[in-house]
Formats: sequence, structure tokens, C-alpha cells
Amino acid sequence: MSTENPCPSCGALHDEATIAAALKTCPSCGYYYRMEPAERLSYLVDPGSFVEFSANLRSLNPIDLAGYEEKLSEAEAKARMKEAVITGTAAIEGKPVVLALMSFNFMGGSMGSVVGEKITRALLKGAQERKPVIIYTTSGGARMQEGIFSLMQMAKTSSAVAELGKAGVPYFVVLCDPTTGGVTASFAMLADVTLAEPGVLIGFAGPRVIEGTIRQKLPEGFQRAEFQLEKGFVDAIVPRKEQRRFLSLLIDLHRPACGNGQGWDVDETPQGLSREA
Amino acid sequence: MVRDGMWTRRPRGFPGRPRMQKSLEKKLEELKELAQKQGIDVQEELSQIEAKIRAASKTEQAWRRVELARHPDRPYSLDYITRIFDNFIELHGDRYFADDPAIVGGLGFLNGMPVTIIANQKGRTLKENMRRNHGMANPEGYRKALRLAKQAEKFRRPIVTFVDTSGAYPGLGAEERGIGEAIARNLMELSQLKTPIICVIIGEGGSGGALGICVGDKIYMLENAIYSVISPEGCASILLRDASRARDAAAMLRITSADLLEFKIVNGVIPEPPGGAHTDVDATARAIKEVLVRDLSDLCQRNPAVLVRYRNQKIRKIGHWHEGSDE
Repeated sequence: MSTENPCPSCGALHDEATIAAALKTCPSCGYYYRMEPAERLSYLVDPGSFVEFSANLRSLNPIDLAGYEEKLSEAEAKARMKEAVITGTAAIEGKPVVLALMSFNFMGGSMGSVVGEKITRALLKGAQERKPVIIYTTSGGARMQEGIFSLMQMAKTSSAVAELGKAGVPYFVVLCDPTTGGVTASFAMLADVTLAEPGVLIGFAGPRVIEGTIRQKLPEGFQRAEFQLEKGFVDAIVPRKEQRRFLSLLIDLHRPACGNGQGWDVDETPQGLSREA
Repeated sequence: MVRDGMWTRRPRGFPGRPRMQKSLEKKLEELKELAQKQGIDVQEELSQIEAKIRAASKTEQAWRRVELARHPDRPYSLDYITRIFDNFIELHGDRYFADDPAIVGGLGFLNGMPVTIIANQKGRTLKENMRRNHGMANPEGYRKALRLAKQAEKFRRPIVTFVDTSGAYPGLGAEERGIGEAIARNLMELSQLKTPIICVIIGEGGSGGALGICVGDKIYMLENAIYSVISPEGCASILLRDASRARDAAAMLRITSADLLEFKIVNGVIPEPPGGAHTDVDATARAIKEVLVRDLSDLCQRNPAVLVRYRNQKIRKIGHWHEGSDE
């Protein structure tokens, strides 16, 4: 029972299996469909290597907002996730990493207390266990249903990025569609190397808000990955099928070349470089 | 600049007793009277009306704070800076692109102690508001703030920030020059700065644009200031799907100084004169100064590394969640 959906970009008809085989891109025009965390794991990490942590964190209703609990239940059913991010340890081409994957399906990937806490734990775990941290972001921003507590998650996650930095452990972000608001203005923009998928929307204010402010249409391609690359906020745009290899390479390129095993990967110091007193 | 005597005119009316509350209370009295006369049991109706009054007064109170925080006569940062600090010298520019007048920064003495001051600045007149972009900063503002913060750390000066903005500027140029990155970097760097930081929200604490200069060891709010993840108007149009319900959204979002104190997001609330800060700017400035002097004399004694550790521990604890067991 294969269903054929027209590609939103070129209108070509492909069945789901074909699209999935192309890592959720259109085989005709290369259009990128949004991807859920489970789908990412399948192409990104070594099979069976992902071990989730902090899986049972659930949102409370810190400002007693009417209807928030119901909204969370709906999101859970829709996204088949307990929150808008999953975190775990994994291996990429045999290299241990800490991974956080956000889901836009869960309340627009919005960051409330749980997302903030899980991202923070992932960053601190990376610092403690000396494993590179890789975060795939997709988010509409802070989760307003948690009021001021969601705003504070921006400061919290940014403080955790600083901790990882002090430990000298690399931090890579892959910006996915869309990454905006409070996530852009915190951990998403603080990586050592910032990557983006082709064509994704990356910004602080959403396009409609900007259009409302300047009272004119935004130019074609505004805030897209290619635009952000040109403006200097993205290091490289990496297609899905190359991400695993690219990240693996980045990890190796971030191993300290000098300093006699003083770096973050101290336990994996190549044999030739002994650490004599 | 601040004109002297600006605040001598009579304050505009402090919002009176909320209309809705008044009419409901009247209704309640009538009902009670009627019930007594005729001997009917109206307990249920009574409790319903009382609940309505409570909700209405909560909404009205929150909205009154919003109105005061945005009051056209509300003192802005420079009004306080000139009253609190001696020999204030403004420093300009982010050293990359431009000077952003929506954030002012500089040096001054607080009772003889050198201090770095960083503040959102709104304009009083139309002309000044055009220059200051209504207090909505561009990336340059945040980068200037960071430059001055780093400078403060180098010379072991404490930092005082005054927060008063409806938000960062959602414009074309701001996006092109990375407003998100600028705010993000401030959050990260301010969390690590090895010098005391005190932040005072004096008017509007609008979302990420406010937070970008509001990370510190002590956070205070003026009594009628607000601090929120989104404007009541924005929240009303998204959550309530009705932009005209900003009053309800303001109450829902819990953005008053009392709320934030209860949430332990702020360390304290600095009281304002009965009619609001604009009715007596000198008194409000004195109240702020008192808190700054008291806290800095303590914070400046602390070991900077301990200060930073404590600041980060505090930030990382914020949030409410439930952690279930594995199965």
C-alpha cells in the first residue's frame, strides 16, 4: 500500500518508500522534507549504538496555564514522543558522541523546561564524559505556555554550552528546518562548527513578524541556509547523505594535534603520542 | 539627554478602580440585599460572582502593571543613570559595525566605586525614538554590551544593567547581522564573566531582547515592571487567537514583579511610589541605588570564580519538570 504524495516543491509523484530511501528528499528535485528524530538516527549513527538518557522527563505546568496539559497530551500523541527533543549517547563511525535531536512535530519544537533541561544535561554530559556533543535543532522558539521559565531556558542552555567549552570538548550544531526564536538566540548559535541542511529557515524573528515590521515582502531566500552562509552565520551546508561522514571527519579534525594528550579525547590518544612526565 | 524638571508636572492619572470589578461588586451587594429581603438561597450565584470578581481583578491588576511599565512618562534608563551614578561617561560602538543608540553603555561612579553600566534606552520624543528605535536593539547593541562587559571584567569593575525594551528589533538588517547569534553569545559570555553583575528590570522586560543584557548574579525588578517571554499582544494573538485579548494574556503569562518573585526568577522587587515610578523619579532612583550599593559591597568581596560558579548553578536549576522512572 504505497501512497503517492506530490512533492511540495516540484509536484513529482513518488511513493513513501522511495522518498524514505532518499533520506526524505524528493528524488526529482532534491526538496528536503522535515525529518523526525527516529528517522535521523537511522542514517546518522552506528546501528544499535543510540542509548537514550533522560527519556522520562515530563513537562509540568509552571504558570498554571489553562489547557497546557491537554496540549502536551495532544503533542505526545501526534509526535509519538514525550517531549520536543530526545537525547542520548551514540557512535558515529565508531566515535562516541552525545546526541540531541529535536522534533518540530512536538509543539513546533518549542523549548520549555524539559527541552532546556535535556539539552543542558546533554551538554554537561559531553563535558563530563569528554564526548563531542552534536545537536540537530528545529524549533519555533521558546514555549510561551511555560511563561518566563521558557525564556530562562535560553540562559540555562547557553551557560551549559560555556561549560562544554571550558572542558575543551567540541560542540557541533546542525540547523534543520526551521530554527528560529529562542533556540536560535541560545544554544543553536553557539557551536564550534555550525552546519545547516540545504534550504532551511534560520532566524531570530519569523519571516511574518519581520514583514509586519518593515511592511514589505522579504526577498526570495531571506533567512535560508544559503543566505546565512553568505552572511557568515553558518560554516557549511551539508546534505543529509553526507552528514554522517562529515560529522565523523569533524570529530577527528577536532582532536588536539599538540599538547601531548592534554585534549578532550585524552583516552584515545594515538599510541605514538605517549604521555610521559 | 535628560531635562531637569521634566518630572515636576502632575502625573497622569493612575488607573482608577477597575470598572468591571466595580460593577460586579455592586451587583453582588444588590443580590445579597434581595436575597435577604425575600429569603432565597443564593449561595451558588454568590460564589460564582465572587470568582468572577477575583479573575477580573487579577486581569485588571496585571494589565495595570503593563500600562505603568509602558507609561509614556515612565523614567527610562538615562533618567536613573544620571541620578544614581556620578561622572557618567557614555562609551559608543561595537567595534564591528556601528553604535546602537537603543542600548547605552558607559562608566560611572557608584558612591565612588567605578562601575560599568549597560542599559536599554527608549526615546522620549518622536525624534529620539527614531534614533533609538523605540529601545529595540539591533545586533550592534548586544555586541557593544558584550564589549563593555568584557572591559569591565578586565578592569575588575562590577556591571549594572537596566533592562527596558519591548524586545530585540525584528528587522531585516538585524537578521542579516545575526541578532540571534548576538543575543546567544551574550547569554553565554555573561554567564561566565568574572565580575559581579546586577540587573534591574525598570520597565519592559521583553523576551530575548531583554534577556540579552539580563544575566547576572542578582536580578531585580521595579514594582511595576514586567518580564515576559512574549508580549501580551503576541500571546493573545497566538494562544487565544484574538489580539484584542491582551489583558487576559497578560494575566495568564504571569509577568508582574510579584509573579516573578514568587517564581524566584528575581531576587527582589524594588518598590515604586504609589502612583508609579514617574510620579517621583528621584525617590525611585534612590531606592534602586540603595539596593545596588548594598549588593555590590557584598558581591565585590567574593571570589570571582565562586561568583561565576554560583551564578551558573542558579541559572541551571531554573525550570519545572517531572522525572519518571524508566518503566
